[in-house]
Amino acid sequence: MSNATSSGTLTGSHYLDGDHACSEGAIAAGCRFAAGYPITPSTEVVERLSQRFPLVGGRFLQFEDELAASIALLGGAWGGAKACTVTSGPGFSLMMEHLGLAAITETPCVFFDVQRAGPSTGLPTQPAQGDMMQARFGSHGDYRIIALCPNSPQECFDLTIEAFNMAEEYRVPVLVMLDEVVGHMTEKVVIPDQKDIKVTERRWTKKPPGEFKLFAPAEGSLVPEMVKPGDGYRIHVTGLTHDERGYPKMTVPEHEKMQMRLWNKIVLNSDKIVKYEAKDLDDAEVVVVSYGITSRIAERAIQQARAQGAKVGSFRLITAWPFPEKEILQLSKKVKAFVVPELNLGQMVLEVQRIVEGRCKTIPVPHVGGTVHDPQVITNAILGAVR
Amino acid sequence: MTTASPAPKKDKKFQGIVVVNRENCKGCGFCVEFCPLHCLELEKGYNAKGYHPPVLAKPELCNGCDMCGLMCPDFSIYGYREKLEQAA
Amino acid sequence: MSAPVKENPVNKYLRMERMPSIWCPGCGIGTTVNCFARALDESKIPLDNLAVVSGIGCTGRVAGYLNVDSFHTTHGRAIPFATGLQLARPDLKVVVYSGDGDLSAIGGNHFIHAARRNADLLVVMVNNFTYGMTGGQVTPTTFRPAIASTTPYGAFEETFNMPMLADSCGAVYVARWTAYHVKQLAKSMAEAINKRGFRFIEIAAPCPTLYLRRNKLGEGLDEMKFYKEKSVIRHGVDTREVALDYRKEITVGKFVDRERPTLEDAMDQRYKEALGKKYVPYVSPGAAKSQA
Repeated sequence: MSNATSSGTLTGSHYLDGDHACSEGAIAAGCRFAAGYPITPSTEVVERLSQRFPLVGGRFLQFEDELAASIALLGGAWGGAKACTVTSGPGFSLMMEHLGLAAITETPCVFFDVQRAGPSTGLPTQPAQGDMMQARFGSHGDYRIIALCPNSPQECFDLTIEAFNMAEEYRVPVLVMLDEVVGHMTEKVVIPDQKDIKVTERRWTKKPPGEFKLFAPAEGSLVPEMVKPGDGYRIHVTGLTHDERGYPKMTVPEHEKMQMRLWNKIVLNSDKIVKYEAKDLDDAEVVVVSYGITSRIAERAIQQARAQGAKVGSFRLITAWPFPEKEILQLSKKVKAFVVPELNLGQMVLEVQRIVEGRCKTIPVPHVGGTVHDPQVITNAILGAVR
Repeated sequence: MTTASPAPKKDKKFQGIVVVNRENCKGCGFCVEFCPLHCLELEKGYNAKGYHPPVLAKPELCNGCDMCGLMCPDFSIYGYREKLEQAA
Repeated sequence: MSAPVKENPVNKYLRMERMPSIWCPGCGIGTTVNCFARALDESKIPLDNLAVVSGIGCTGRVAGYLNVDSFHTTHGRAIPFATGLQLARPDLKVVVYSGDGDLSAIGGNHFIHAARRNADLLVVMVNNFTYGMTGGQVTPTTFRPAIASTTPYGAFEETFNMPMLADSCGAVYVARWTAYHVKQLAKSMAEAINKRGFRFIEIAAPCPTLYLRRNKLGEGLDEMKFYKEKSVIRHGVDTREVALDYRKEITVGKFVDRERPTLEDAMDQRYKEALGKKYVPYVSPGAAKSQA
């Protein structure tokens, strides 16, 4: 490891696996606090952070379990640091309570989930995409988060920076949903100069103590600004339903007010948050909706289908949540079918079906996980849809 | 077991003062029980919540030690001492 | 001579606009908070530099009533939150204030690890021998054969001797007081707050509505009188001998007061030794004020 700039960013061309690219992305984004716990296939992320942080002024601690790691992350974030934690399925399940706490307290932070086949211990070293609904609905109650799906080590780096930026922009926990293959595949990752990397700093308020309210949206925004302990603001942060000062206020009208602002914070900003990669949609009769490693397999399947004359386009989810509702809705009015391959028994396809509302066909291509699809299976689904 | 209250000193230089926040008091009685000079009593009257707050029944005995204040779980009583103007 | 004090001197440590508290008449938690406020006064630490983290439960509500940067986190997880906060902000003094069920049951694992690591936290545990907020269930400190809502025929499990647990895991300061021992408690808290490392203070306190009522032990005041009568001060005694039992003698005092490197010290030391000049120490974001 050489050529690290003084800011810690590992500028240059590297051959990295997805997990390691995430670690470098975190460092480049300014993350200097991480709390972790080992779990296959995510462990490499924290291993690299534990190795790199002392060289770049960061602090990492491996905690006693994911319950501790997921809340220590919030402690670090509230302290004023950019903070992250890393896990896989079973650990992700343990972290759910604190994902909810992060959502209701509007803590800017990043959770990495390197998905593996579940449920429970499942296939620890093998891929799946079975946590996608859990990413959205895993914690109890209503809340909104942002979830990003990289499909290559380069994207692991890029989307990690995006994740930290969005966390600061919207004061929300952001999930980076990898899978075991993306996490463990080694590809070229180009890391730019620090000055060419767009990093969003925390939106520290300029209002003085007494005037500033930790949970009141900033002017012209749905998102409150931030402060940190020690600056005289005497903040109170609670997981109970709270008012704009942060004090518990457990009445129905206050709950509605708080909930709707948190909901709208993401929903009404969807246009700015949603990211996707669309190819060949203009004349497409069938659109393949995919994400993560499955999108790489789908590329091959689409090539094969086109070679046989099918007019097929690709719609790759980069943000799985919020789901690109507008775009899918528009497409559903002109295509014959959506083909949705996933390494699960049908999760994101449910969103497609929900938006499509029967306007056209939605064809799931499920897979129990453990390995990636055979592209031929997806090709067959596409060809079947075109007929 | 009762302890006879000490007789008030004739040439005392300080006066203990007790301030009660009647409305926040929950009538637990800690202050009355643990006042070392037994100067406090729960009043016959009550506050809006129905509790009987304490009152300084024997102000001449109070030396402002603030044991009542330290004991109070509701931060509703505190004592302090004030220097008395001495006659020449 | 100075003008008369018009306001209660503890008010500046409290969020007075939120009073009266939700705590029951005769509950001992408020008394411990009163002692904490006096301890803050005596220790002279700048209030801006203090962060209080609590868990869930009646004692967990303490964070909401103190006029400091405070965090009301999830059940049992105040300690890891506080550890994260302290690691990210070594310039702050972080205090965990929570209850017996929160810290010894669901939070037990975090308790022992923080003590083992010597995380730089003061952990104040108010032990009212019950889960009060949820209606009085049994906790790892509820004695045999006390009645609780989930042990309606009486508790049957061995309890934790929390000072011994803390001591055996390496805590550097271990003390127990009761809500009656207000002066000693305030002094202990003041002493502990300025020490470094994992410090633990257990405070036995009345829960009149649940623990006392179910066991026909009277009101909060009766329990306070019981503490006065049954407590024995034994400073420095071996923590193996301070186990509590139902209606028996309560050993109070300061049992452990020692020094060892904190989590941060150990981390720093290891990196210095292994990396030498390549080590870039962590810089707390506390150095720069929030307002740009």
